[in-house]
Amino acid sequence: MDTFIQQIFNGLTVGSVYSLFALGLTLVYGILHIPNFAHGALYMVGGYITLMMMTHAGLHYVLAIFISVIVVGLLAVLMERVVFYPLRNTPPLQDKIAAIGIMLFLEALIQFIWGAEYRSMPTPFGRVVEFLGITVTTQRILIIAAAVIIMLLLYLFLKKTMTGAAIIAMSQNREGAFLSGINANKTAMLTFFISGALAAVASSISAPINLVFPGMGHLVILKAFVIIIIGGMGSIPGAIIGGYILGFSESLGAAFISNDYKDLIAFILLIMILTLRPKGLFAREVQ
Amino acid sequence: MSVLFDSRFLSSALLIFSVLFPFLTDNQYFLHVLSLAFIWAIAVYGLNLIGGYTGQLSLAHAGFFGVGAYSAGLLMVKGGMNFWPALAAAVLITTVLGFFVGLIALRTKEHFFAIYTLCVGYIIYLIIYKWEGLTEGVRGLIGIPSPAPIGPITFDTPQSQYYLLLFFLVFVIFIMKRIVHSLIGRTYMAIRNSEELAETIGINAMKHKMISFVLSTSFAGLAGALYASFVRFIGPDIAYVNIIFDMLTYLIVGGIGTLSGPLIGTIFIVSVSQSLQFLEELRMLIFGPLLIALIIFYPRGIAGGIQSLLHKRKKTLQIRKGLRQSAAVEEGK
Amino acid sequence: MLRTIGLTKKFGGLTAVDNVDFTIEKGMITAIIGPNGAGKSTFFNLISGLHPPSGGKIFFNNRDITSLKPYQTARLGIARTFQTTHLFEQATVLENVMIGHRLRTKSGIWDAVFKTKRLKREEKAAREKAYEALEFTGLVGTADRLVSDLSQEEKKRTAIALALATEPQIIFLDEPAAGINPEETEKLGQLMKQMVSKGITVCLIEHKMQLVMSLADRIMVLNHGKKIAEGTPDEIKNDDAVIRAYLGGGKSA
Ligand SMILES: Nc1ncnc2c1ncn2[C@@H]1O[C@H](COP(=O)(O)OP(=O)(O)OP(=O)(O)O)[C@@H](O)[C@H]1O
Ligand SMILES: [Mg+2]
Repeated sequence: MDTFIQQIFNGLTVGSVYSLFALGLTLVYGILHIPNFAHGALYMVGGYITLMMMTHAGLHYVLAIFISVIVVGLLAVLMERVVFYPLRNTPPLQDKIAAIGIMLFLEALIQFIWGAEYRSMPTPFGRVVEFLGITVTTQRILIIAAAVIIMLLLYLFLKKTMTGAAIIAMSQNREGAFLSGINANKTAMLTFFISGALAAVASSISAPINLVFPGMGHLVILKAFVIIIIGGMGSIPGAIIGGYILGFSESLGAAFISNDYKDLIAFILLIMILTLRPKGLFAREVQ
Repeated sequence: MSVLFDSRFLSSALLIFSVLFPFLTDNQYFLHVLSLAFIWAIAVYGLNLIGGYTGQLSLAHAGFFGVGAYSAGLLMVKGGMNFWPALAAAVLITTVLGFFVGLIALRTKEHFFAIYTLCVGYIIYLIIYKWEGLTEGVRGLIGIPSPAPIGPITFDTPQSQYYLLLFFLVFVIFIMKRIVHSLIGRTYMAIRNSEELAETIGINAMKHKMISFVLSTSFAGLAGALYASFVRFIGPDIAYVNIIFDMLTYLIVGGIGTLSGPLIGTIFIVSVSQSLQFLEELRMLIFGPLLIALIIFYPRGIAGGIQSLLHKRKKTLQIRKGLRQSAAVEEGK
Repeated sequence: MLRTIGLTKKFGGLTAVDNVDFTIEKGMITAIIGPNGAGKSTFFNLISGLHPPSGGKIFFNNRDITSLKPYQTARLGIARTFQTTHLFEQATVLENVMIGHRLRTKSGIWDAVFKTKRLKREEKAAREKAYEALEFTGLVGTADRLVSDLSQEEKKRTAIALALATEPQIIFLDEPAAGINPEETEKLGQLMKQMVSKGITVCLIEHKMQLVMSLADRIMVLNHGKKIAEGTPDEIKNDDAVIRAYLGGGKSA
């Protein structure tokens, strides 16, 4: 029974990270219909900036995350301006390939600056506590709490502010949004900023329990695609629910099936879903 | 001048040059690099068939390359098979796998297809990586034999291997050329252009996408099997997503959806990367932005650029000819 | 020739085509009109098999074609054009139109690799068929030009030529006269009459009332997916429901 609760808690931790990360991907997809393959690279850059701010600049963990969020957010905006904006009217093949180009570049850049080795991130939240009969580190509690708070804030922002409403409107109906006078450029830039910021948070809070290395975004981006297909491409609640579903399936799968193959669970899920529903779960019919 | 750009002239010149190449250089290293480029080019032709001509961006082709390589490698090393049957079996295994993957993957469209195939590629990598009992996992498969002799013809020198690979490359290009310049190729291009329109003029898009996809996976499998026997050592990395991105770079730089693109792009990038050895892992520092810039400014790559240049020339020539004719008519009056 | 019974299409909560019974007679020009968003294009999409209907049946020459795929209806002799052309812009007009004959050919990948007699014969046939269609639509002079260099009106005619190259019995044209000038519209009307005299039944969606009234033998009016009227141009002109639909504004109701 203990392992079960332990695994549930692990699933909650992992799921929180997945949800945060997938949220950015789904927001961008909703607005620009780009499957942003470079989103995993943003995650990776976010991890590195936080780490370097801590080890090289000696900043506190929380402050380092804050800087990382700003930098990666701006990097995402730059990406939108320089690459995706010029490609907005081209065949869909091209923005996919461009996204891949960005990913390759960012990975090479980070490796060039900081090398290819695996690094671990120190955290001030390393204490072990007893909690509901299981032992957990405060870092894991922080992950869950931070994710929930950020998702709540995002929800309030999207529902209660004009800018947030513009993002929602644009993801539901592009032409309609243009007609009603929404500044599409600003909205797109803002969406990219949010997606970058979320990626940075997700990697910074999970890095202390994982590792930081140039390829750290690969598996995460693939899983995030699985998540947003489960939840419906462009759907915000879908990304959150999908993230937790995957988090739980993985941690339970790791404990009760095989730890070696737990990374396959996401893909098997995806293959099952797309086999049964080629347009994804919850597909809306749109032209 | 214009005869220089005639494609038949160009391709025969290129063929003659590549046949003579081993006599022109003593440098074994060049030969090695070029041979490798030939192998990659075969795989990139596969990617071009499904992605460039049929419009379905498959990101699983590094996986299929890996399947071809490991099938051939395992059959030879652990199964004790001769190179030739192993090669045939490897292509067959990849093709059959491609058939089943295609059956499901091709029901999805656009982004979903790209994501789905990316995941398929990743699964193949994970399986190769984790199934140590069969594949030796990270340690890799060593001691793969070189191609076995056919009668008196042996393949144990770099020169002979070069010719063997050249033969397969020419064979693949020949098939591609026949397909692309026929009604079949036009069918694929119609699907790439608009699947909806293609369907309403009576083209069974699913069937044709299937054929194109399966054939493209055979090319990837063939390339993989040749790679195994040429390099004689393989690790799970050859099926990793990095490889598909390399292939995409070759394809985009050379010209996606063109017949000569895969060849030009692969040879160009492979030789440039070899001469920039010091960059190694970091070549993407240059190729990443190059890929993006090409997509934005020159989406059809080197070959596409030359093509549209030629087209413009032809047009101005025609216009000039037209003017001269009408002037002559005027004078005649 | 073509008949729909209770044809219905729902997109989520929206009923785009609502229980439409309609018959198209052989050898006639039939027009479908209605305000924007009335479901006209969706009606075409259902007939050609692009969308599966949510309810109802479609018969073509007394054969149930309700669940057929677009490529199957095309082979039976149903051709169509789209509201916006989807032509292959980087290819020539001839290359675009040639592929229209593909559905009457059998060559496969082996024929291509071995360059068989059958392939050569079929490619020749496709070329001839394409020229025939280009001649019919008055495009022979543009055969070797890239589609991207054509005017909007020429592109529309190319799309029609492509549809004709499939050797249809019936052709569905989705707003063929949209965005072209009055003189060209006149010519387009002529072209449709020529199709009919060649034995091809024509059905078109059109907003240009003058063209519709002068050309159509029968008209169906859709509004909010429902058929609100059907008849000869004169009957339609004087129909109360139609006048209300157009003057009352389809959107506000
Ligand atoms: N694939 C689709 N998914 C969801 N809704 C659709 C789809 N296609 C059409 N619709 C909706 O169905 C309704 C009818 O659309 P349709 O295109 O058939 O109208 P139309 O009569 O052709 O209009 P127009 O004159 O503007 O071309 C519209 O409200 C449209 O938004
Ligand atoms: Mg319409």
